[in-house]
Amino acid sequence: MTDAAANSPRIDRLRAGLKKRYAREKRFRAYGLLAIAIAVGFLVLLLGRIVEQGHTAFYAHTVTVPVYMDPARIDRGYPQGTNFEQLVAEQQLARMGVQDDAAGTKATAMRGLFSSELKYLAADRVARQPGLIGQTVTIAAPASDDADLFFKGKVSRDTPADQRRLSDQQIQWLDQMKADGHVSAHFNSGLFTRGDSTEPELAGVLGAVIGSALMLLVTALIAIPLGVGAALYLEEFAPKGKLTDLIEVNINNLAAVPSIIYGLLGLALFINWMHLPRASPLVGGLVLALMALPTIIIATRSSLKAVPPSIREAALAMGASKTQTVFQHTLPLAMPGVMTGAIISMAHALGETAPLLLIGMVSFVPGLPHSLVEPTGALPSLVYIWENASERAFHERTAAAILVLLAFMIVMNAAAILLRRRFERRW
Amino acid sequence: MKFKLFRAPDGSQGGGSAPEAPVISTPVVTHGAGPVGPTKISARDVSVFYGDKQALYDVSLEIPDKTVTALIGPSGCGKSTFLRTMNRMNDTISHCRVTGRIEMDGEDINAKSVDPVLLRARVGMVFQKPNPFPKTIYENVAYGPRIHGLASSKGELDDIVQISLKRAGLWEEVSDRLHSPGTGLSGGQQQRLVIARAIAVEPEVILMDEPCSALDPIATAKIEELIDELRERYCIVIVTHSMAQAARVSQRTAFFHLGRLVETGPTEEIFTNPRERRTLDYITGRFG
Repeated sequence: MTDAAANSPRIDRLRAGLKKRYAREKRFRAYGLLAIAIAVGFLVLLLGRIVEQGHTAFYAHTVTVPVYMDPARIDRGYPQGTNFEQLVAEQQLARMGVQDDAAGTKATAMRGLFSSELKYLAADRVARQPGLIGQTVTIAAPASDDADLFFKGKVSRDTPADQRRLSDQQIQWLDQMKADGHVSAHFNSGLFTRGDSTEPELAGVLGAVIGSALMLLVTALIAIPLGVGAALYLEEFAPKGKLTDLIEVNINNLAAVPSIIYGLLGLALFINWMHLPRASPLVGGLVLALMALPTIIIATRSSLKAVPPSIREAALAMGASKTQTVFQHTLPLAMPGVMTGAIISMAHALGETAPLLLIGMVSFVPGLPHSLVEPTGALPSLVYIWENASERAFHERTAAAILVLLAFMIVMNAAAILLRRRFERRW
Repeated sequence: MKFKLFRAPDGSQGGGSAPEAPVISTPVVTHGAGPVGPTKISARDVSVFYGDKQALYDVSLEIPDKTVTALIGPSGCGKSTFLRTMNRMNDTISHCRVTGRIEMDGEDINAKSVDPVLLRARVGMVFQKPNPFPKTIYENVAYGPRIHGLASSKGELDDIVQISLKRAGLWEEVSDRLHSPGTGLSGGQQQRLVIARAIAVEPEVILMDEPCSALDPIATAKIEELIDELRERYCIVIVTHSMAQAARVSQRTAFFHLGRLVETGPTEEIFTNPRERRTLDYITGRFG
């Protein structure tokens, strides 16, 4: 009884303190949840916005029209010289019962609804089968970027005619062509199979994807062996002293140097001094390798440090040489960390834009790259170029290019996680 | 805490009267009875420095072959440091310097002509914490013979692995799972695996640094039994914190204190009739 009485104020105090402690824990958890909610919110906002803007770039409209291959207009010897766009436009006008004026302005307006690709498609058909001349052929060509945007509902009829790129008449023609069944929507495979182009409906990301892949190949081949080697030497072999400390501080500094400075270095070193071809994946890869090196060295060193010393001792005590210890025990155990570090720095390099600006990789490069030493684009610089393009149809393609870039990165980061899981070993 | 209690009278800080002569001038006491086998390792005036700090002072000790020699003493007394001089593991620590002469079979192991890698093939070591490689049981045992090129065929390597595991008393328990990871074994099994790994290269000496300190009593008993069996073939030096273990497994004991070798002799004599007051205090649990 007396014991309980003596104890009760003590227990009350304990209880009061306990309440405080639990409250603190609850608050901390709430902060954590809030932080995660904000992060996820921003991510959803960012992705949602990009998907919302970009999803329309993944399909496109095709206009399919019958074309009478008029023998009077086509030179059998040189079908490429024929103005097929004019031919098709005139025939389309006639089909819709529209009388052109003397200046041919209506035919010009009609031509604006077809992609310039039409000309090449038609010429190609005739060149391969000259027998088609004099007959009527069905030709499917991409709609022009303005027509495509209209079919996607991105051109409002309510906008005053002088503020939109399609006239009332063109809109009426498009409506009629759609009603006649000349227009079809399909997956925009050209986005993934073509290089860059000044015509939005003909522009694709493949050139930039190949450019980025070539660049990353150069980066990986240079930065990973060099970085891992440097880290191994510094961590396992170099005598510890002031010099190694100095080197360590400088490597950490290099990891924090703004990427545009690496671009300047690359410009001075690789282009002006070594005379490597500018805007080439080789130079881009070299610059990104310089940038990725410190990150790889730091990641490798920290994963080497994390290998328990008992394993090194065990190997040395068994009579393994220093090199055998490092390559048979330490490095294999550090491998998951090394690979994660390497892949993450590669993903980082993939998205890097600033250094590419300085080595000329933001210029317009049509077509697909074939080698390491010819000018190419890269995914992030393609985003930059398309964002700055004046055609409205590039707007949705910019978002689509960002999505491709993000997908590239997600694949790389997922690979990093998978490799880590797969190679992680207990000791 | 006990360690502190001991150091107080010796620390000559409070100006209190020290019960004994200063440590520095105490000569090593050697009991009359000679070594059990012929001398395998002979240390002469061995000192070890970690940077400016001296960890071992002029240790001279004869270690006989086919015998278990126990090194005992309180924590930080230099017994592990001394153990590591015998396979030159101290070489791997930067700033560590060893002076004096250590001979194995009459040959100076610190001589320039001696390759530490070769020395470690002759002097195996077992550590305090079981440290099998994160590989299979088979690979753990086969590692030494493989890097030293001791087996010329797969069959020969299989035999070495089997014999080593049998000698380490582990064969019965793992023969059906040689290719499962060594790190999946229990602590005691891991320690026996590590012993098997060490004896797979047929060393002449096995150094053991508190091999049972991370094990339970049953696993400890097994290792002690194993040490007793291994004595017939190898020269064994064991560092231990357990007086009982030293008494059970060793034939000779050396008592270290504050980086000095205080007393050495046959184990029964050290434990029943030590010549030095400090040895008596330590083995009766008055400090350490």
